[in-house]
Amino acid sequence: MSTPTVDKKPPVKPGERDGDRWNRILRDIVAGNAAVAFFSVLLAVIVGSLLIMFTDEQVRDTFGYITARPSDFLTASWDAISGAYGALFRGSVYNNQADDFATAIRPLTETLKFAGPLIAAGLGVGLAFRASMFNIGGRGQMLLAGAASGWVGYQFEWPWPIHLAVAIIAGMVAGALWGGLAGFLKARTGAHEVIVTIMLNYVGFYLVFFALATQSLLQAPNSANPKSLPMKESATLPKLLGDRYNLHLGFLLALVAVAVVWWILNRSSLGFRIRAVGENPAAARTAGIDVGRTYTIVMLIAGALVGLAGANQVLGTVTSGITTDLDAGIGFDAITVALLGRSRPVGILFAGLLFGAFKAGGFAMQASQNIPVDIVLVIQSLIVLFIAAPPLVRAIFRLPAREA
Amino acid sequence: MSEQTSTPTTAPGVSPAHEIQLRAVTVVDRKAPTMFAILTIGLALIVGFGSQEGDTSFRLAVPTDFFELPTVTVPSTATTWLLVLVCAALAAYSFFLLTRKQNTRLWLVVLFALAWMTGFLAWAGADATLPVVGLLAGSLAVAVPLVFGAMGGVLGERSGVVNIAIDGQLLFGAFAAAMIGSLTGSTWAGLGAAMVAGLLVAAVLGVFAISYMVDQVIVGVVLNVLIIGITSFMFSQVLAPNAATLNHPPRFERWAIPVLGDIPLVGPIFFRQTPIVYLLYIAVALVTWALYRTKWGLRVRAVGEHPKAADTVGIKVNRTRFRTILLGGAIAGMGGAFYTLVSVPQFNREMTGGAGYIALAAVIFGKWDPIRATLAALLFGFASNLQGVLSVIGSPVPSQFMLMLPYVVTIFAVAGLVGRSRAPAADGIPYRTDNH
Amino acid sequence: MKLELRGITKRFGTLTANDRISLTVEPGEIHCLLGENGAGKSTLMNVLYGLYRADEGEIVLNDEVQHFTGPGDAMAAGIGMVHQHFMLIPVFTVAENVMLGNEATGFAGSLDLEASRQRVVEISERFGFHVNPDSVVEELPVGVQQRVEIIKALSRDAEVLVFDEPTAVLTPQETDELMGIMRQLKEAGKAIVFITHKLREVREVADKITVIRLGKVVGEAEPTASNKELAAMMVGRPVELTVRKGPPKLGDEALIVTDLRVIDHLGHVHVDDISFTIKRGEVLAVAGVQGNGQTELTEALLGLQDHVTGSIELDGHQLVGRSVRQILDAGVGFIPEDRQTDGLVGPMTIAENFMLDRSHTEPFVRRGTLQLDTLEKFATKLLKQYDVRAPGITTPAGQLSGGNQQKVVVARELSRDLRLLVAAQPTRGVDVGSIEFIHTQIVATRDSGVPVLVVSTELDEVVALADRIMVLYRGHIVGIVPPDTPREVLGLMMTGERPEGAVA
Repeated sequence: MSTPTVDKKPPVKPGERDGDRWNRILRDIVAGNAAVAFFSVLLAVIVGSLLIMFTDEQVRDTFGYITARPSDFLTASWDAISGAYGALFRGSVYNNQADDFATAIRPLTETLKFAGPLIAAGLGVGLAFRASMFNIGGRGQMLLAGAASGWVGYQFEWPWPIHLAVAIIAGMVAGALWGGLAGFLKARTGAHEVIVTIMLNYVGFYLVFFALATQSLLQAPNSANPKSLPMKESATLPKLLGDRYNLHLGFLLALVAVAVVWWILNRSSLGFRIRAVGENPAAARTAGIDVGRTYTIVMLIAGALVGLAGANQVLGTVTSGITTDLDAGIGFDAITVALLGRSRPVGILFAGLLFGAFKAGGFAMQASQNIPVDIVLVIQSLIVLFIAAPPLVRAIFRLPAREA
Repeated sequence: MSEQTSTPTTAPGVSPAHEIQLRAVTVVDRKAPTMFAILTIGLALIVGFGSQEGDTSFRLAVPTDFFELPTVTVPSTATTWLLVLVCAALAAYSFFLLTRKQNTRLWLVVLFALAWMTGFLAWAGADATLPVVGLLAGSLAVAVPLVFGAMGGVLGERSGVVNIAIDGQLLFGAFAAAMIGSLTGSTWAGLGAAMVAGLLVAAVLGVFAISYMVDQVIVGVVLNVLIIGITSFMFSQVLAPNAATLNHPPRFERWAIPVLGDIPLVGPIFFRQTPIVYLLYIAVALVTWALYRTKWGLRVRAVGEHPKAADTVGIKVNRTRFRTILLGGAIAGMGGAFYTLVSVPQFNREMTGGAGYIALAAVIFGKWDPIRATLAALLFGFASNLQGVLSVIGSPVPSQFMLMLPYVVTIFAVAGLVGRSRAPAADGIPYRTDNH
Repeated sequence: MKLELRGITKRFGTLTANDRISLTVEPGEIHCLLGENGAGKSTLMNVLYGLYRADEGEIVLNDEVQHFTGPGDAMAAGIGMVHQHFMLIPVFTVAENVMLGNEATGFAGSLDLEASRQRVVEISERFGFHVNPDSVVEELPVGVQQRVEIIKALSRDAEVLVFDEPTAVLTPQETDELMGIMRQLKEAGKAIVFITHKLREVREVADKITVIRLGKVVGEAEPTASNKELAAMMVGRPVELTVRKGPPKLGDEALIVTDLRVIDHLGHVHVDDISFTIKRGEVLAVAGVQGNGQTELTEALLGLQDHVTGSIELDGHQLVGRSVRQILDAGVGFIPEDRQTDGLVGPMTIAENFMLDRSHTEPFVRRGTLQLDTLEKFATKLLKQYDVRAPGITTPAGQLSGGNQQKVVVARELSRDLRLLVAAQPTRGVDVGSIEFIHTQIVATRDSGVPVLVVSTELDEVVALADRIMVLYRGHIVGIVPPDTPREVLGLMMTGERPEGAVA
């Protein structure tokens, strides 16, 4: 699991010709993770297609007389599927039906906007994975972080960069504390973090809900809705490409987070200890590493990363005020992002981009083709299921098995 | 369970010199008394600082009983203080047991919980009438899916498979019951479909977690998301446009059981229910009996504790696990049917609202035991329902805090603050057969 | 029942664990299977028991070829096994364990526990086992648990009984009792396979001996063969059972342990008020049957145990109550008894494992950043110095052989500036070549003036390394004696008896 950090050159056997080596590399790619990832996505998309096909009115109508005119059925199926994925593509990458390039490229910026928090939260889950901790508490951490960021964002009057920075930090701290609590409990009492983080999701939800429904706390004055005031201009993440596009600074912050997490894991002594604890806590303890403290620290950092996603939502994507659905499912999506990215920072970056595209495209698909956006959830979770079971994917696509 | 004293049990006649015996110091669990003390002080603080004027009435009767129980009216503050004293006495007794190196028994815990709850209600319901029957019957209604889910969870975990997908099983069960119930017009067909749906989710869990040895927690979490995706998709795409034919299931009627149903207090709560609830009683009894008293149960527990040992006596570990989670899935599916065939006569997206996670909490809080898990689920149901009742009579406690209760209690439980739980030893660990 | 194995071959990937092994066991015979750790004995027995399927060869019972698909088939055919790691469910009672997989049932599959209880009592009485059917297994002493395993096999009418390293966890006296039981079973007409690597036991009970090495049968021997002959067959060349070492150059008392007591979280007292000292340049070897407090003692020295009272002073510094990190920094080197669990992080590279207990400080870490160049140079040097056979320093440690893994641990610990070395089972599961190397390194450490505490359950190792021997029994020191103490006396001391003249 650990990345070789010292010697980058693979051992080359003497006498091995270049051609052989290329062959081997090719074989590794086909048998390795990249191929499994690709085919997992493909398989999930195929299943998604079937679901779309068989729930389409047109397709079902033509299915009624499939023996009489099979071509109708096939045409209808093709229309349904191609319509869906065409819309998905136009909604996430490039809209070829747009009038000018600036509009046509807009979907790509939407994808990046959605990818930002997915990457940040995915890093939070992935980092915890590396210490063999399962952070299912993304939702609670995001909610607490969003509430903290949002409170700073609407409550105070400070100049722009400072106000924004404090708001972001407040969110990250809140997320860190909520995540760190799970780590602390595991360290001190052995409480399983899976259970604790799940439970903390609900506790966090009701806490934020309570605060949003209470006048003296977060609720906007003279309002009956569980919602806060909107963010001050000085606390919002600025748009990166002007007002035409929604893409904001949050995406760049996520990229910075990728770099930071990469450094922590591969170049810092803290990361070394995290990996050691993750792979073998008993040996780590014998080697003088404080395992409990490492758990707590990992969950603090993980919570902070998820908190960044929460801040990103409140201060960038939806600045009209804190609500209880500010997490927009990202807390759970982050788990799938981390799994698809194999808990590697760079892998999480790409997984986040892919799922960001699904999100952006999913909404476009719903708008133009009337296909519920929930199909994205289906495809996403199928990808993760398949990717977690390489032998299944290999068996389905008859890929060569990997040598142990 | 740290209440272990190690006096090795050996048959008479074995000379102790033959064995490595360790001198032991008795360790007694001090968590129950500590918890009692904290709760008692908490209640005292509540009345001390939030003193409520007036009387509290407990209405115990419904009109159809054999004879009518009177409505009990008590002075609010005085009653609460009285019960604080009762709680304090129980806590003191628990501490006394601790000094005698004895552990707090379950009956003491139940008694304490009753006293504390009544005290709390007396305080919260000041100047109002609490419909006790309605409160408890409502609690049971909320708890039904939780208990079914918890039974499914207990079975899975006892065999060594962590089932996070209870929520998915409930949701898919609710969906299938609504759709098949609507199509056939039969509640029983709907119930059957729900069981099949729960079983299907379990089958997927089994394929990935047992056959392909994917991390069980991952599979469970992802399955929940998948089921939310599929049911929401189908709901928007198919069910909502054809609501009359596909999302209009029949409802189960209430069957009042003769005689039993007319007993005051108990009757209306437990014996004027829908058939699903009666099935629940049967399910709990059967699961408990089967798990502890049958060959099947012995094997399931063996596989969950020490799969290798079970393998060496010829038990097919993975087959046993697979069958057990399928059964658990079917049981959890029945809980899903309760949503659409009893509670609300239609399916809605994400209608379980994460109840499966509370069921999971009940499994852990109930220490992987069917009866305790059922009690835990009932307690959680009570907490959720109490919140509704209190908000109607205008209670001083914010509803969110009542709703939070099951989750907080579970965190306390896993953190060992209310007694260390001991999971089946091989829970969550895939079993790899070396047979290749 | 007569058991024949014909040409059994079992491969794991490129490794051939069993290479055309054949042997025959007659009823009423104790057949010893002798071989080093890792020679392939357990693999062979797992094939026999249906846990593994052989790639080639056949199993024949009473001239009938068997095709086992699992242990169930093997048991049905009359094979019973007493596993090295007991296959008992800790939370079940004896009766439940005995009936598991072979349950008598009543109405609707309900358990007939009474039938099983009676069976236990009956077998227990027949062989004088004294086992209470209602005891919960995890509360029973090891020796009794083993008897439960035997009852389990007998309750299924096993005719062929396999004992897989049964004496590893027993005291010499319990071992004697087991030998008695084996003879009794033999007289009852059972065919017995006795797997072990302990020569003395073999010569005591065996009717026939088959020696295997590196997965192959290397020969058969008579019970009359001498220890030296058997050992030579086992390891393939004449072995030297003693380590070349000069007399110790003793310095001051460096480690002073006073009234040390270690309790676990259940309240069991594992180390009970013991006091001893080790001088600079001295090896104190701890002898005793596994589970008599050795593990807890070494862990307490490293700060790994939570409930420790008393005093551990190293060069005048108190170690009790300090963290593992602080104790390591104080110069304690630690070779844990289970390298896979406690010594190495398998998926990490050899280089990373070399810096495992130095992940806080220079030279490998500066201002929180890993110094990869320093590590690379250091690891390359160490790899050569300690003769670790590996493709390179980036090879994951988990992929190495047992001996090389152990060398990685030894290299890591000895390359630090030590003031005390604690070595627990330093050569367990290690090939003979590596054993010699590791022993030499330990002696060299002692000769450099470092006090050394060695724990071993192998009496040979204890005698070979020790300058003084400390015998532990149930957490007490039975005595501290010179290394030339007769084996019989040491054996007696391991049962807790204090012989005349032993210094406490």
